Amino acid sequence: MTTEQRLPPSPKPDRARAQSGYDDLRRLMSIMTGDEKHSASATSTLDVLWVLYDRVLRIDPAEPDDDARDRFLLSKGHGPMAYYAVLAAKGFIDETALATWARYDSILGLHPDRNLIPGVEISSGSLGHGLPLAVGRTLSLRARGLAGPRVYCLVGDAELDEGSNHEAIVVAARMGLEALTVIVIDNQSSSLRWPGGIEQRFSLEGWSAMTVDGRDHAAIEAALTAPAAGAPRAVVAVVEPKA
Amino acid sequence: MNVNSMRDRFAMVASQLLDEDERVAVVLADISTDRFRATGAPARHPARVINVGIREQLLVNVAAGMALEGMRPIAHTFASFLVERAFEQVKLGFSHQGVGGVLVSAGASYDEAAYGRTHGAPEDVALVGALPGWRIHVPGHADEVEDLLRDAVQSHDPVYIRLSERGNTRPYAAARRGLAMLRAGGAGSPTIIAVGPTADAAIEATAGIDATVLYAATVRPFDAEGLRAAVRGSEIVLIEPYLQGTSAAEVTAALSDRPIRLLSIGVPRAEDRHYGRAARHDAANGLDAAGLRARISAWLGAGISAAAV
Repeated sequence: MTTEQRLPPSPKPDRARAQSGYDDLRRLMSIMTGDEKHSASATSTLDVLWVLYDRVLRIDPAEPDDDARDRFLLSKGHGPMAYYAVLAAKGFIDETALATWARYDSILGLHPDRNLIPGVEISSGSLGHGLPLAVGRTLSLRARGLAGPRVYCLVGDAELDEGSNHEAIVVAARMGLEALTVIVIDNQSSSLRWPGGIEQRFSLEGWSAMTVDGRDHAAIEAALTAPAAGAPRAVVAVVEPKA
Repeated sequence: MNVNSMRDRFAMVASQLLDEDERVAVVLADISTDRFRATGAPARHPARVINVGIREQLLVNVAAGMALEGMRPIAHTFASFLVERAFEQVKLGFSHQGVGGVLVSAGASYDEAAYGRTHGAPEDVALVGALPGWRIHVPGHADEVEDLLRDAVQSHDPVYIRLSERGNTRPYAAARRGLAMLRAGGAGSPTIIAVGPTADAAIEATAGIDATVLYAATVRPFDAEGLRAAVRGSEIVLIEPYLQGTSAAEVTAALSDRPIRLLSIGVPRAEDRHYGRAARHDAANGLDAAGLRARISAWLGAGISAAAV
């Protein structure tokens, strides 16, 4: 079966597709299997994802490939139910797709595939790839002289165990990638932990870093929309520890 | 800078491509930065010549991230680090994301033999060939490098170009052509397929033997049609400058409708703990002209006597 056959009939979602609000996300998530083992991990990202898509990202479901859009890269592809629920609530995918998730011919897998889902910027799942890809995308925006778009990349605190992230953290700062924002969802699931805190890992390298309550929408929004500081920005969003 | 060195020529042509095409970016991990400085490209295109330092995972995924933005990245370092160390980045950054790019390696097989096994990568073509859709070029001359690189940058495919310190005295094939006929044998004669830098030795080794000699600078996709059209007998000798048998399945698939005998010659699957020079390794592996001649003659002789029985 080809990718083309699996994509929705119209490559551009209907502008009139109903958009729903934060209160609807739990219902959308429940359309996917409620007892899925990834559900706790998925929920850790829910509020940050909602604030991004509702208040921060300059993206249009009718023009998901617009060159001027902000790029959002979900690196922590593990547990994507909240992501899919937000994409449905914001009109990137049809709600009916949620009921098919993880089936053989669904566009929605346990890890997302950019080739199958409109508006998804990277295929992820294996940890430690999104941030390096985000550095490449940000360098491209600079090379092409596109000053408007920002690149946002969401990672998990345990994902930072992967050394590939640290190659990217150093280089993004040295190259002054002001258009890049990393959001670390910290549910304290890293097995060996980060002494001194995650924020310090970034600030030591020269990032503009801050820590916020990962459930406080206003605080998340403020951190994600703070003026550029001549350096890449890291926002550590702390949520309850992984059960 | 020497125009007949594949690696120097690569830096020269890539620098021209940076001048000619705004989609092109060169991503480096310290290796060959001296050569690029010599062309002046980093000063002319500071946003498109990117050195990430000794970080090969980042090297490949930065290139992939640029490809996701519609650019045509060229990522370059030694084969052992580009393909082996960063193999998952090659798999996921390019193949799984569904974007193309150009990976150019230096230090083929045991080119850097004195540095030992850590800098050797005779497995590279087998690894890249395990992924879907990659074009793999094994040029045998700096002129072929220029053709293949220009062609690779124009396409949207994922492309791997494998540079070597060694090569043939002259170019044998232009970009993207399949198998080139170097010598036509008589009816029933064996077919010798020489890949990239092995061609000169293969020609010398088969002097006086009635055989068709074919040259391949592109091994993926493998030119099955060209092979089928050229073959005049049932004996095939495949000579590759990397892991022995890497393209054996391509040859047998191309000729699956007929009985053949196949001799695959290449770098043995061994944990080689020798240093020295590459030519010494060729001799030890039977990949120099004398070694090739001895092995091919013995094998053909065995075939003839087996057929007689």
